[in-house]
Amino acid sequence: MDFGPHLLLAVLEGAVGAAVLALTALGLSLVFGVMRVVNVAHGEFFMLGAVVAWFIASPIAAHPAIGFVAALAIAPLVAGGIAVVVDRLVLKRVEYDPEATIVGTIGVLYIIQQSALMIYGPEARPVEPPFNHRIALPWVEWGDSGLSFYYPWGLSTTSYKLFVIVAAVAILVTFWSVMSRTRLGLIMRATQLDRETAVAFGIPVQRVYSIVFGFGAALAALSAVLIVPIQQAHYLMGHDPLLLSFIVVIIGGLGSVRGTVVAALLIGMSDGIISVFLSPTLSKILATLLVALVLVFRPQGLYGKKMA
Amino acid sequence: MTLRLEAINTGYGQVQILYDLSLEARPGEVLCLLGRNGAGKTTTLKAIMGLLPLRSGSITLDGQSLSDLPAHQVPGQGVAYVPQGRRLFTELTVAENIEIGLMTRGKSHRTRDRVLSMFPRLQDRLDQPAETLSGGEQQMLATARALCLEPSVLLLDEPTEGLQPSMIALIADTVRAMRTEGQAVILVEQRIDSVLALADRVAFIENGRGREVMDTADLRDDPSLVRKYVGI
Repeated sequence: MDFGPHLLLAVLEGAVGAAVLALTALGLSLVFGVMRVVNVAHGEFFMLGAVVAWFIASPIAAHPAIGFVAALAIAPLVAGGIAVVVDRLVLKRVEYDPEATIVGTIGVLYIIQQSALMIYGPEARPVEPPFNHRIALPWVEWGDSGLSFYYPWGLSTTSYKLFVIVAAVAILVTFWSVMSRTRLGLIMRATQLDRETAVAFGIPVQRVYSIVFGFGAALAALSAVLIVPIQQAHYLMGHDPLLLSFIVVIIGGLGSVRGTVVAALLIGMSDGIISVFLSPTLSKILATLLVALVLVFRPQGLYGKKMA
Repeated sequence: MTLRLEAINTGYGQVQILYDLSLEARPGEVLCLLGRNGAGKTTTLKAIMGLLPLRSGSITLDGQSLSDLPAHQVPGQGVAYVPQGRRLFTELTVAENIEIGLMTRGKSHRTRDRVLSMFPRLQDRLDQPAETLSGGEQQMLATARALCLEPSVLLLDEPTEGLQPSMIALIADTVRAMRTEGQAVILVEQRIDSVLALADRVAFIENGRGREVMDTADLRDDPSLVRKYVGI
């Protein structure tokens, strides 16, 4: 395949990764932004979404779309519900102390991971996509008769991958609307900006924290349900999303929604392109190097605010 | 409504700041807390708002306990707070800061219009982030946000700090209007001229302990107490 079509393929793969990464990292960023909690268990809520999706979709013998839609609705609720319980049982009890919550969420990480191993097992299992048509992609060439389209061999994607990109964009827009246009969003932003003043204006910060922690976990689970028909559900699948989410949130600026989306695009796209042309390991090395450079030259990230 | 503090003890962590402090703020009066830096004036306001848990003592509003409520339920009882340094939600717009104030007690946009009519300059800046306002405008917004609660008790912590004289006059007019409407105002203020011009009574706090409480008229006659407790 020529370089041009090859690049298009890499960009499409990168866009799928970026879309899912943006959703996952947004959950992490939201939790840190509002609660100042570094949720080390965030990747496990991602894994939980994929595993629950398998449990919901696999027994349904009817059309795969029914199982998928059910998983899309239920898995984020399950992950969000468990996150609310974690908030009440762990985070609230350590009074959201930054260091204690890191240790607490490490414990939660192992509890969820090992519970998944015991209940779900060590196998990697697929969830059938609701639809998965191959779509051949055209390319252009300059021939004797001028510019013409042709379909290079191997240049194709699937309808499901395109759906993942569209769905992620729709969820991001919905998230943005909730945060900027609704009363709940206003309350969350006010809590993020000044917890004490928020309390002084009647905002039940404890309840807001529970909602935010649940919401963050649900976003991770939602992105996992979207990706599990492409990857497979496995009890150790939370590691990479956690690492990449941290990279994205640090580069974008802790707590910045805009920064998270921009950094997810940057990291997701470069991951896809470098993985296709060179190697997936090299893409991770470069992303980690980028984090190091950001921490040295712009510690607050692309869109973060300098700490006073 | 009468706000009463009875022998309250509170502080930050292991450090105790207030010792058996008792105060009373009556409807239609301005009570000013005076004392040196670190005497416990801001701590007193935070304790009233429930932001600092009491170790002992009680805070009541017309006999109803405030100190037994979770902190976020205190403003719902009609106690509004303008913190020192304004503490606006800086990245939110003026309109959103106002909206937070309205939400606290479920007040309508009629309340918003009434409050904004007191601070017309905010009307032109509704879509501006609060952090882009001047110091005086930020103080107007902090006060407007608190007034959106239609409070029966208003707590003001150094509202004239760093403001130009025209802004100080506007804040003073607002405090007088609150008093006229029958609200109790507790004012923490370092500017003695503002205190003498606005307060009906003055309560001196020294090292976290309540000292004399006196009418402002008496203080005018005997300014030695100001020298004693404030050092100026």
